[in-house]
Amino acid sequence: MTGEIASTTGAALPQHEPKNYLNAAWTVRSWLLTVDHKRIGLLYLAGISFFFLLGGAAAVVFRLELMTPQGDLVEAETYNKLFTLHGIIMIFFFLVPGIPGVLGNFLVPIMIGARDMAFPKLNLMSWYLFMIGGCFTLYVTISGGVDTGWTFYTPYSSTYSNTYVMATAVGIFITGFSSILTGLNFIVTVHKMRCPGMTWFRLPLFIWANYATALIMVLGTPVLAITILLVALERGLGIGIFDPRLGGDPVLFQHLFWFYSHPAVYIMVLPAMGVISELVAAFSRNRVFGYKLVAFASLAIAVLGFLVWGHHMFVSGQSLYAGMVFSVLSMLIAIPSAIKVFNWALTLWRGEITFHTPLLYALGFLGLFTIGGLTGLFLATLGVDVHVHDTYFVVAHFHYVMVGGTVMAYLGGIHYWWPKMTGRMYPEGWARFSAVLVFVGFNLTFFPQFILGYLGMPRRYHVYDEGFQVLNVMSSAGASILGIAYLFPITYLIWSLKYGEKASANPWNAVGLEWMTPSPPPTENFTETPIVDFEAYEYHRNPADAHG
Amino acid sequence: MNTEFQIFPDAASTAAGQVDALYLFLVVLSVVLSAFVAGLITYLAIHYRRANKVNREYVDHGNTIEFMAMAISFPILMGIFLWGAKVCFFLFRAPEHAMPITVVAKQWMWKFQHADGRREIDTLHIPTGQPVKLTMVSQDVIHSFFVPAFRTKQDVLPGRYTSTWFEATEPGEYRLYCAEYCGTNHSRMIGRVIVQSPDDFARWMSGDAASDEPPAETGRKLFEQYQCGTCHRPANEEGARGPTLEGLFQSRVPLAGGQTVAADETYIRESILRPAQKQVAGYQQIMPTYEGQISEEGVMHLIAYIKTLGAPAATSSAAAAAGGQPATPVAEPAAPASQDNAANETEGNTP
Ligand code: HEM
Ligand SMILES: [Cu+2]
Repeated sequence: MTGEIASTTGAALPQHEPKNYLNAAWTVRSWLLTVDHKRIGLLYLAGISFFFLLGGAAAVVFRLELMTPQGDLVEAETYNKLFTLHGIIMIFFFLVPGIPGVLGNFLVPIMIGARDMAFPKLNLMSWYLFMIGGCFTLYVTISGGVDTGWTFYTPYSSTYSNTYVMATAVGIFITGFSSILTGLNFIVTVHKMRCPGMTWFRLPLFIWANYATALIMVLGTPVLAITILLVALERGLGIGIFDPRLGGDPVLFQHLFWFYSHPAVYIMVLPAMGVISELVAAFSRNRVFGYKLVAFASLAIAVLGFLVWGHHMFVSGQSLYAGMVFSVLSMLIAIPSAIKVFNWALTLWRGEITFHTPLLYALGFLGLFTIGGLTGLFLATLGVDVHVHDTYFVVAHFHYVMVGGTVMAYLGGIHYWWPKMTGRMYPEGWARFSAVLVFVGFNLTFFPQFILGYLGMPRRYHVYDEGFQVLNVMSSAGASILGIAYLFPITYLIWSLKYGEKASANPWNAVGLEWMTPSPPPTENFTETPIVDFEAYEYHRNPADAHG
Repeated sequence: MNTEFQIFPDAASTAAGQVDALYLFLVVLSVVLSAFVAGLITYLAIHYRRANKVNREYVDHGNTIEFMAMAISFPILMGIFLWGAKVCFFLFRAPEHAMPITVVAKQWMWKFQHADGRREIDTLHIPTGQPVKLTMVSQDVIHSFFVPAFRTKQDVLPGRYTSTWFEATEPGEYRLYCAEYCGTNHSRMIGRVIVQSPDDFARWMSGDAASDEPPAETGRKLFEQYQCGTCHRPANEEGARGPTLEGLFQSRVPLAGGQTVAADETYIRESILRPAQKQVAGYQQIMPTYEGQISEEGVMHLIAYIKTLGAPAATSSAAAAAGGQPATPVAEPAAPASQDNAANETEGNTP
């Protein structure tokens, strides 16, 4: 894609085109060895888009399989490998690294007025680790396959599965280090690299969100790494850790796994929340309502996220009293999430709202996240969770929060910052149409699954009872719409690289340091170090006194 | 059932109504809250769109709205929690007089055994109006016992017993699913629960598929076959190299390390399969491991037999009381048909 820009812009206006991070150098080498955080962001964009398409394709195949109750399209074994592939790719190679990798890398230094990350080479190394881990996992899952589900429950994964569990785990292990290094880099960057005047409470909420995420990455991911090592010890050397036949405890794995993986849910959704704060503020030209509380809510979610892992285990044989503690704590985590939803809604109050594509995605996010959060309440409630646990209700819930939350925010963010990243505008009409189509397709896909879940259809079922078919057909029809809807942005965004209108430095007339530098920004981000003497989101109603 | 389109599941247990009530409450709450959020956003978005001439003057309002939201939501959340906990206590606490059934799950089938010894595979007959308690174990990976019409679910673990219970209210046939992903044919690990009126059930129980012997009786034979009795002798006999098993079930056992453990089913199972794991204080580690020699069903049978060997005898007066009243509540889970067996053993013990 970068070659195309070169051919159109480079040929026609080589001398007028100001130097920016894209045209600074053009060799493959200059991309693969870059330490520019903006280029690294684009490298992530390429890698992550690839994984997203792949994970999505797997989903379309098994959703087609689920059109009929018999399981006639693919065999059980293939089906199990498909949903495992889908889960692993979407979680570890799209949702977790997605927003921090692409938008975080591109924006964190610019938004705080820095020239780069604190450790640029480490940043590049994170991308390589991510790609190596990703390609390795992909190779394994495609050549041989893994059938454990992304949750790898023992002793199935450690003893019984005859698939390539170990090799897959190695891939995820490697990628985990990418996560840890990215987290470290963000933490140090936010602490040390802020430009003069950029105090903590002048930080855009996107920075707060990425900061909270980075804390979870650094504290949580090592637990995942250790867990994977333990599975390896058991599988490879027969040391009894999880398999009771070897003297291990099968439920221990679940504790370790969810101790990482529930916080990981917030690794996925907190950056999304940060994006939404930016979008809502920019398109209502308002300061985010209750700015400080939104910032603190991010931290509260990060901390509480570590205390609720047991709500995945109410029926695992864990004691009823442990279940009660986890239930109360899970209820508490609903409060900061709810506060954020209200604050975003109230940011619209007395705003000056324009319905550009990024805002449509943000409003879609609010709708879907509200439903996702409220159904989280059902799962945190002991008596109800016992019935809906491990059914399609859970599948619907986590897709509402993760796909409805994270993917909507990711797409909204990509549209919002696309002009900054590429210097080009996309066709607004197509973009609005796609945003609406995503929303419709999404609801048609996942809402029926709540009903299926309460009816009792367990998740990870390749064949099911005839009574469940109508709802499954609705869901599959929705998935086809959703799948097509995701292809639109990919198409017109690539199109825009060549034919899109040139973007000005600040096409949305938004505030924030990233809009005070040309689009695309120069390699060093700012020609001179900015000095901040204004609050975040300081929108002035009177255009006359707006900040440049 | 399960062939035509529904949007609400059959409700066929005493728990179903309670879970449904809580669920419907949450549905109503969610609909109200999401309608409120959606309405608020739609109104604000339309009212304050750029083209509209409205007052946009900025007002600072501190954080009163948020604190009000917290003050309102906190008690509601705690209320939901307490209600959920109450339902959960009901779901997880089997009544003492529940009818015992044992379940062994394996890839990919369900094996049941009734107290009178009758076995079933993938089909479970139970009567209405009678609480049923399942004691479950898995032979391989983790499975999960899930009957949607009863609104209850419990994971079935290898190496540890878990239990669940329900009281069916409506005769009929209900689906039993495995809800924990367990490998290739996970989605075919399906069974039926056939709920019958007590009369029909009694007829079925006495039906021609002549019943196997009671589990405790099989257990007693296994006990002889494996010659467990050479070491585990009744307390009043000489030469016992192992602890007596009389009154073991539900008692507290002192371990060599100084701790004590409750002698529940899981402990007994572990002591049979891996005796070295929890060495009883005052005895040598001489018991061989029976791992790989006795099947999960066999272990269940041995436990059923050991349960018949009397109640916990914490103090001698308690033992005397137990002797006077053979069918103590704790001995209850033992098979009804072996009750006189239990009584004999207990009485033999008391003098
Ligand atoms: C904030 C964004 C959230 C995300 C991204 C998220 C994501 C997820 C995911 C991925 C699962 C599925 C686990 C599995 O594979 O079994 C899950 C389950 C669960 N979630 Fe959330 N969740 C979020 C919010 C919440 C909230 C606010 C609550 C509580 C009020 C909650 C409560 C639960 C519970 C209790 C489960 C376990 C369900 C079960 O396995 O039975 N979640 N969530
Ligand atoms: Cu199973």
